[in-house]
Amino acid sequence: MLEESLQPGWLSEEVKTGTTIIAVEFEGGVVIGSDSRVSAGAAVVNRVMNKLSVLHDKIYCALSGSAADAQTMAEAVNYQLDVHSMEVGEDPLVRSAATLVKSISYKYKEELSAHLIVAGWDRRGGGQVYVTLEGLLCRQPFAIGGSGSSYIYGFVDAEYRKGMSRKESQEFVVNALALAMGRDGSSGGVAYVVTIDQTGAEEKCVLGNELPTFFDE
Amino acid sequence: MATASVLQARSAGFSFENCKRNALVEANATDLGLRVPTARKTGTTICGVVYKDGVVLGADTRATEGMIVADKNCSKIHYISPNIYCCGAGTAADTEMTTQIISSNLELHSLSTGRLPRVATANRMLKQMLFRYQGYIGAALVLGGVDCNGPHLYSIYPHGSTDKLPYVTMGSGSLAAMAVFEDRYMPDMEEEDAKRLVRDAIAGGIFNDLGSGSNIDLCVISKGKVDYLRPHDEANKKGVRVNELDARPQAGSYKYKCGTTGVLTKAVTPLHTELVEETIQTMDTS
Repeated sequence: MLEESLQPGWLSEEVKTGTTIIAVEFEGGVVIGSDSRVSAGAAVVNRVMNKLSVLHDKIYCALSGSAADAQTMAEAVNYQLDVHSMEVGEDPLVRSAATLVKSISYKYKEELSAHLIVAGWDRRGGGQVYVTLEGLLCRQPFAIGGSGSSYIYGFVDAEYRKGMSRKESQEFVVNALALAMGRDGSSGGVAYVVTIDQTGAEEKCVLGNELPTFFDE
Repeated sequence: MATASVLQARSAGFSFENCKRNALVEANATDLGLRVPTARKTGTTICGVVYKDGVVLGADTRATEGMIVADKNCSKIHYISPNIYCCGAGTAADTEMTTQIISSNLELHSLSTGRLPRVATANRMLKQMLFRYQGYIGAALVLGGVDCNGPHLYSIYPHGSTDKLPYVTMGSGSLAAMAVFEDRYMPDMEEEDAKRLVRDAIAGGIFNDLGSGSNIDLCVISKGKVDYLRPHDEANKKGVRVNELDARPQAGSYKYKCGTTGVLTKAVTPLHTELVEETIQTMDTS
């Protein structure tokens, strides 16, 4: 009879969002995008997860790494930002949100394995993208993260241009996601894209068959 | 802001109170000839689906201990509140205790707010508790219910991540059940269609996964009504053993006919008893 356990290996594996996430600043706002695949070992446990978490009305963060750690961090920062914005009486700065995420990332560096990219719009600085990997806080014109990002470093370095318009930034994000999802086994599903500017946040979902195709498809 | 709650351990991190005791017990157990009990897992198929008026939760009823079936008819759909139920896969004790703790806390919370509890509240409580224990509580849950905002369905993993979806499966038979869902799920189904879909998904898990088996339990939750159908479908009925000679059903009788064993000798010894002392004690029944 079988000696192995009745439970398949992936059941005891931690649920990870093997992911591709990307955020880009443009004149007047930011575009932030992610794929939608959540895996536990070899099994896909959720093929439509929206990894773009709301931190505030005009501040979003993109989740990658361990699903539990990333979700918990985003929910904790959402709560802290709500309290903070009530205390100051106005919308919080993107830098404040990024600092809160960075504080948790740095303090629990050894215990947590999640990376959040924070992006949003505020009155003082316009559209901003912050990277909080391993507890650092760094503002960048664009940022990529997750397991699928390794496959598109060349693409984003070559294709990014300063001063892209809103539409060009959206295309840049969708193209980058499509390429990464095509090559990374842990990324896939649909692409979620959120565009944040002065007027608010516009959420869009690009279905699998609407994604741009490249030479081999 | 603090709500009354039964759960005492609000301090951060994993509680190591029992680890020293466990190490001592394990070290001495072999001397005493005792075996350290292993956690019983419910190799399981559980699933849930959102239909037009509510949610349907389904579960198999087999609990396994290694390769042996420990319980042929265990109940995996746990009560959380009158409008919220939760299916549990993973370690049987963990799912049982976790759902009981959250059910208790949710009742206190509901008395405090004066409202029917929401599924999102139960979800937050469960995920925050499981995250605090960093995956050491092996409870994988399917949480479903109907509240003031409509029907909701969540899947909750042992490490504390959750997904809110229209259909979810969990447990060792989850891939088999998900295959049925991915084929036949449609949004806004009628109740009978939803029950049939969940029944078929669990049956897929029962017949194609060794860790799942026996019967199918269903729980249909809609606004103001809960149907706890246990068992809904006996997918595996035990066959009737038939007498070889005259084809009569034998139904497992292990009694031998009188006279099967031959009697060689018979000796009767009467035992005489004498009344030595008699005392009466009256009972106070006032």
